[in-house]
Amino acid sequence: MNNNDSLVNQKRRAILGGTAAAIAGIAIAPGVFLTETAQARPVDEPVSSKTRWGLLINTNNCNDCNDCVTACQNENGWGTGSNDEQNSAPNQKAQWIRSVKVTDKQTGYAKTLPMMCQHCEKPPCVDVCPTGASFKREDGIVLVDKHICIGCRYCMMACPYKARSFVHEKLTDQRSYAPRGMGTVESCTLCVHRVDNGEDPACVEACSSSMIFGNLNDPDSEISKELARHGGTQIRADLRLNPGVRYQGLNF
Amino acid sequence: MHVMHLLKTISVVVLLLTAIEVNADVPKPKPIHGEGECVEPEDIMKRNHMEFILHQRDETMQEGIRTSKYSFKQCISCHAVKGDDGEYVHVDDSRHFCVTCHEYAAVTIDCFQCHADTPRSTDKHELRVNE
Repeated sequence: MNNNDSLVNQKRRAILGGTAAAIAGIAIAPGVFLTETAQARPVDEPVSSKTRWGLLINTNNCNDCNDCVTACQNENGWGTGSNDEQNSAPNQKAQWIRSVKVTDKQTGYAKTLPMMCQHCEKPPCVDVCPTGASFKREDGIVLVDKHICIGCRYCMMACPYKARSFVHEKLTDQRSYAPRGMGTVESCTLCVHRVDNGEDPACVEACSSSMIFGNLNDPDSEISKELARHGGTQIRADLRLNPGVRYQGLNF
Repeated sequence: MHVMHLLKTISVVVLLLTAIEVNADVPKPKPIHGEGECVEPEDIMKRNHMEFILHQRDETMQEGIRTSKYSFKQCISCHAVKGDDGEYVHVDDSRHFCVTCHEYAAVTIDCFQCHADTPRSTDKHELRVNE
């Protein structure tokens, strides 16, 4: 009997232990903790491909307010966020993110959406760069290393999203975390300096109602769950670039 | 032969004296010290600062490693020099920390074509302390 008892107890313990583990699993499952662990990468550790940063933009909630553009300008010090580029024509000035209105001519259905670097998995800008300045970080953020950029602008030609700009004149008083200068190409960095600090990009902070930022590789992140539930459109999906920026509400 | 040798020695001494004299005309740069201890001893920083920031540059750019040791931003924030008006001086001013030596050594630096040459109090993301 004693032996049996202990056996039963052992089994019970095993079952209880299993349940406890299952409960702990559920506690982690909502994604809050997992996301936080993913974002709180120690500062001295390199980024890894375990994370792929993405952005989901719900154009149904977009009310043409331009807040995302203004936030980006103030954060990264371009456009109205700086006093530079006084001698450049409006179409020459840097434009990291722009507001684009798309209209279906037949039905008249129109939507406004923010357009910026789509942080492609297979970025054409990286393919064409002759120096290796245009590169993709392990975590999927596509950047220009201005230390190596020679300003040839091949990447600007290659980008199907018109996401990149060239700086034509001398700049001063840049943001310390967002260096930019004459003779180099630049584009949306997905606010890499903020992301590395575990924060959301400036545009997302300014417009949390229609933008979600997160790790596409984590099935429990808010962005992955939203994409799994309602899906998202890739712009120019026919190019098979697999952009990290997805849109909702573009039902043309 | 002996006369030639003597002449040579004299000319070398004269040349050396002239060199010393020229040196005496150009004041040695006295870059200001930052607050507290630097990340490396002064003599090492003098010779190797460019290696340190170059190495850190690639790590930060490519791998997202943003430690504050050898961080360019950290150099700028510790060694910022204020002018008479209480504002930080820019690289077009000889008093700027980097410029004090680089002007003397006649070495052009490209860093500030893109990077901020002064710390900004308006920067929302201040440097994190050494982790």
